[in-house]
Amino acid sequence: MNPFGTFIQLLVDGLAQGSIYGALALAIVLVNQATGLVNFAQGGMAVLGSYIGLTIGNLLIPGVGSTLGVVLGIVAAVIASLALGGVVERFVMRRFERAEEDTKVVATIGLLTLITGLVGLIWGFNPTPYPFFFGGSESLRIGDVSISVWSIVTFTTIVALMVVLQILFRGTKFGLGMRAVADNAPSAALAGIRVGGLRMAGWGLAAALGTVAAILLASKSQLTPNNFDGILVYALAAVVIGGLDSPIGAVVAALGITILESLAAAYIPWIGHDLKVVVPFVLVFVVLIIRPQGLFGRRAVVRV
Amino acid sequence: MPLLELVDVTAFYGPVQVLDGVSISVPEGGAVGILGANGAGKTTTLRAISGTVRAGGTIRYRDRSIRGLKPERVASLGIAHVPEGRGTLGNLTVRENLMVGAYLRKDHRQVATDVEYLLDLFPNLRERIRSNASALSGGEQQMLAVSRAFMAKPRLLILDEPSLGLAPSTARNVYDAIGRLRRESGIAMLVVEQNANLAFSVVDSVTVLETGRSVLSGTTAELRGDDDIRRAYLGG
Ligand SMILES: Nc1ncnc2c1ncn2[C@@H]1O[C@H](COP(=O)(O)OP(=O)(O)OP(=O)(O)O)[C@@H](O)[C@H]1O
Ligand SMILES: [Mg+2]
Repeated sequence: MNPFGTFIQLLVDGLAQGSIYGALALAIVLVNQATGLVNFAQGGMAVLGSYIGLTIGNLLIPGVGSTLGVVLGIVAAVIASLALGGVVERFVMRRFERAEEDTKVVATIGLLTLITGLVGLIWGFNPTPYPFFFGGSESLRIGDVSISVWSIVTFTTIVALMVVLQILFRGTKFGLGMRAVADNAPSAALAGIRVGGLRMAGWGLAAALGTVAAILLASKSQLTPNNFDGILVYALAAVVIGGLDSPIGAVVAALGITILESLAAAYIPWIGHDLKVVVPFVLVFVVLIIRPQGLFGRRAVVRV
Repeated sequence: MPLLELVDVTAFYGPVQVLDGVSISVPEGGAVGILGANGAGKTTTLRAISGTVRAGGTIRYRDRSIRGLKPERVASLGIAHVPEGRGTLGNLTVRENLMVGAYLRKDHRQVATDVEYLLDLFPNLRERIRSNASALSGGEQQMLAVSRAFMAKPRLLILDEPSLGLAPSTARNVYDAIGRLRRESGIAMLVVEQNANLAFSVVDSVTVLETGRSVLSGTTAELRGDDDIRRAYLGG
């Protein structure tokens, strides 16, 4: 392959992988908008949602991997996640309403542990294949560069979700209410905004979004209870770099991090594959110093 | 029948009782002031009305009890509370703050008219319409807080020390605008204030609180005329 082809291939792969990070980052932004906190259990909830989808899909249409079963499974997973997110907010996080921010964050970490354990208990820790309804390994060739169908579907889905969320936040009453709640919930309530309801909706939407990302990821690799643990690091980095309140920022940052990381691994000899994971940390560090509210955000990160 | 009536209201922060018999009555379209020293319970009284503190006793609004309702429910009944410290949403723009005020309204055209009305009343806000609220001066934030509450088209506006932390001339401007809002809209007001002279410029009657209890009430004319009361409660 010529050097230019290699470069383009890196970009294309980075865009697809980065989309997954971006989707989880979007979910984190959404929860942050609704509740002002960072949900460390976001990835765990996503994995739980996709297991539920797989199980329901297989129950409805027996015979692993029938296209209809997979599609129904995805629909079921999204609905189940909406409910799961709402329930977690209402019955777990609501109890910490008056607690310190740090306590709430620790609560979400506890939630992650709990959910991962629960998933392992029910479905086991062995990787489960997740059928992909677009035909997993097919790809297009353009010159030297090969683009998998999976990459195209993933990238398109995430960009579409990002656009929808951006419009939701900046252009709708629902989004305005969410941002008011994130900013100052008691004051938002004085304006008649139903804080509890909006928070449940925000958690539900975020969980559904995370589940879509988890399904896309699992259909490329496989499903395991800790599928998203490593990805959470990238998603958090993307959120910090892009801005906690900016859907576009989160996705662009996720794509940027992934591409920069793979370029650094390929072209800077002393980084290579062993050290490439430091790239997101360096980026986070630099952004926090020059622009604490994130490249696209309006709100400063006060503490993480 | 008054618009809002408090009879022997009590209130608690956890186990600690801080109100012990507050009684206030606000007539439809009237304006009442609450005066009192630091810690007398003025803020807590307003919180009892808007449902942000646990309260006992009678709190009636438009002839129904609103005690124990959630803040968002109280707001939906037409009571807009400008909290102590203003409660502006710092990461939202001035315009967005105003739209948050209008959150429950469905009459979109009238909302736009009301925004223009307030921006005429507070030209400073017009200049800063796209700025984040956190970038405003203290006076501008107070104007925004009052405007946001007004955007809800309330029947009753409750204001907690609109002069807090403002330079005297700015406080004067804010009160002038509040007075104009009252004259032009006819909404009822309940105003907490430490500075009696400012309060007297908009209210018709006053209740004085002392350690969580109503100790005195009367019209502004009566209280102004009484030298003893002036000295004791109203700072000369
Ligand atoms: N959140 C709270 N928790 C516990 N006690 C409180 C709380 N807020 C106020 N208090 C206490 O309740 C009493 C009444 O306070 P409140 O804020 O209503 O007084 P205030 O008249 O508004 O005073 P100021 O003029 O200083 O604003 C005070 O003794 C105060 O210390
Ligand atoms: Mg007070």
